Amino acid sequence: MNITLSIIYLITTIAFVIGLKMLGHPQTAKKGNLISGVGMGLAIVATIFLHDFEVPSINYILIGIALLIGSVIGYFIAMKVAMTKMPELVSLFNGFGGGSALLIGLIEFGNFSEDATQTSTIIAAIIIGSITFTGSLIAWAKLNGSMKDIRLPKYNLINNLIILALIAFGAYIVMYDSTNLMLIYLLLFASLVYGVLFVIPIGGADMPVVISLLNSLTGIAAAITGILFGNMVMMVGGILVGSAGLILTFIMCNAMNRSLSNVIFGAFGGGDVAIAAVGKTGGTIKKTTASDSAIMLNYASKVVIVPGYGLAVAQAQHVIHELEELLTKKGVDVSYAIHPVAGRMPGHMNVLLAESNVAYDKLIEMDNINPQFPNTDVVLVVGANDVVNPAAHNDPSSPIYGMPILDVENAKHIIVNKRSMNAGYAGIENELFFNQKTSMLFGDAKSALTELVNELKNM
Amino acid sequence: MNELVEFISNNLQLLYILILAIFIGVELIKNVPSVLHTPLMSGANALSGVVIVGALLVMLQAKPDDFLSLGLGFVAVILGILNVVGGFVVTDRMLQMFKKKK
Repeated sequence: MNITLSIIYLITTIAFVIGLKMLGHPQTAKKGNLISGVGMGLAIVATIFLHDFEVPSINYILIGIALLIGSVIGYFIAMKVAMTKMPELVSLFNGFGGGSALLIGLIEFGNFSEDATQTSTIIAAIIIGSITFTGSLIAWAKLNGSMKDIRLPKYNLINNLIILALIAFGAYIVMYDSTNLMLIYLLLFASLVYGVLFVIPIGGADMPVVISLLNSLTGIAAAITGILFGNMVMMVGGILVGSAGLILTFIMCNAMNRSLSNVIFGAFGGGDVAIAAVGKTGGTIKKTTASDSAIMLNYASKVVIVPGYGLAVAQAQHVIHELEELLTKKGVDVSYAIHPVAGRMPGHMNVLLAESNVAYDKLIEMDNINPQFPNTDVVLVVGANDVVNPAAHNDPSSPIYGMPILDVENAKHIIVNKRSMNAGYAGIENELFFNQKTSMLFGDAKSALTELVNELKNM
Repeated sequence: MNELVEFISNNLQLLYILILAIFIGVELIKNVPSVLHTPLMSGANALSGVVIVGALLVMLQAKPDDFLSLGLGFVAVILGILNVVGGFVVTDRMLQMFKKKK
């Protein structure tokens, strides 16, 4: 291999490591992303121009066209999509990466299948690439709302059988050194199906974990293709993503107090579990109006806002910031309580609120805000549900039992803004709404908050 | 068993690299504030687009009359670059929101 190319790959690898490191701190994150991006660009350009092959010009033309098409489409999708749609977008792009890996495996099966190591890497690339491809697309469709959870009877058994069959099938192709393309297509098809079946039963609330896991798998697929080509940057880059993604997956599971196997096999967030939990609570709820809520907020000395997915859906991040500024001007101490899994992705709320210029130090993480609730006069819950559900503490039969929550019920008053009495994403009733101290402010987050702001302005 | 020993001794360097890379990945991500989980996931996703290098290698080595390889490789390059460009731009847009306040 060309020595200049090797050195550039080395530089790219270093850029990836430094970039990832810098992505871990709020101040340096943007620069970190840029550094890994530049590293990637270098690797791509170097691969095209610094090689030792005889390349016909038609190949160059095709590469140029493909790069142009992909870059333009990728740039436009990424720029056009609303901030609230970010989680599904990550999943979509991740699926494309997996698709790329599976195609590479498919092509190389014809070229490189002489020894067992190569065949097994190709088989692994096809299996993992296919699973991430269809799995990510399903995750994208589910987050998008265009697909519901579907649970086939005995889906765990079926899925486990398929994955075992895939491994056995792959091993068979390697061992008998089969060059039969039909077998590969069959393997490809089965892997694609597995990707669908793997993601389809998993509840919407667990989607972030699944996306992170699929992301990690794409990294592994890239690393495997790297081994095939003996290409260091693909290998190290892929493994970095693989291990970083896996750790991130575990961190997210921890934040929900669940194990990874519980997320994958436990299938929670709907279905029978939820039905069992509904109807246990009951009692009366107290409705309130914007003007009453405004008075309550106006005369409070400490207010904590708990944002949830409803805030994102209603695009109410600017209004809530206005409300916060207005209250601060009136001498109220306002902060935001951020549950680690509020919204559809960890950090979703932070991204959303940062968009409307909410100061970084106003966002307080769960462990730091929980002790403050007893001194809080009013908690304003906007479009959040499961993350403030006391059932997590006191109902062992609840599917979210044991999940750390924001202890808003310790505050003096709670105002909950929701569109209706429907259960949250996990499909569980919330006894907080029936609490004596809770008042319900029904309505779309944006219009309800706008009304609140107007009332406050008139005071 | 012999094959395994042979495989390990032939690929010792590779194993070292893989294991060290795994540890680097874990160490880089541990202790990251949850605020940054989404951008981090998105950034890592952009990095997994490094698979584009493989797609490019396939395209560069394909014979001009091998339409299957050229065609699939063409799609692989498109998908790979989509992952790279889309991934970095989305991450950048998310991080745009963490710019300094006040």
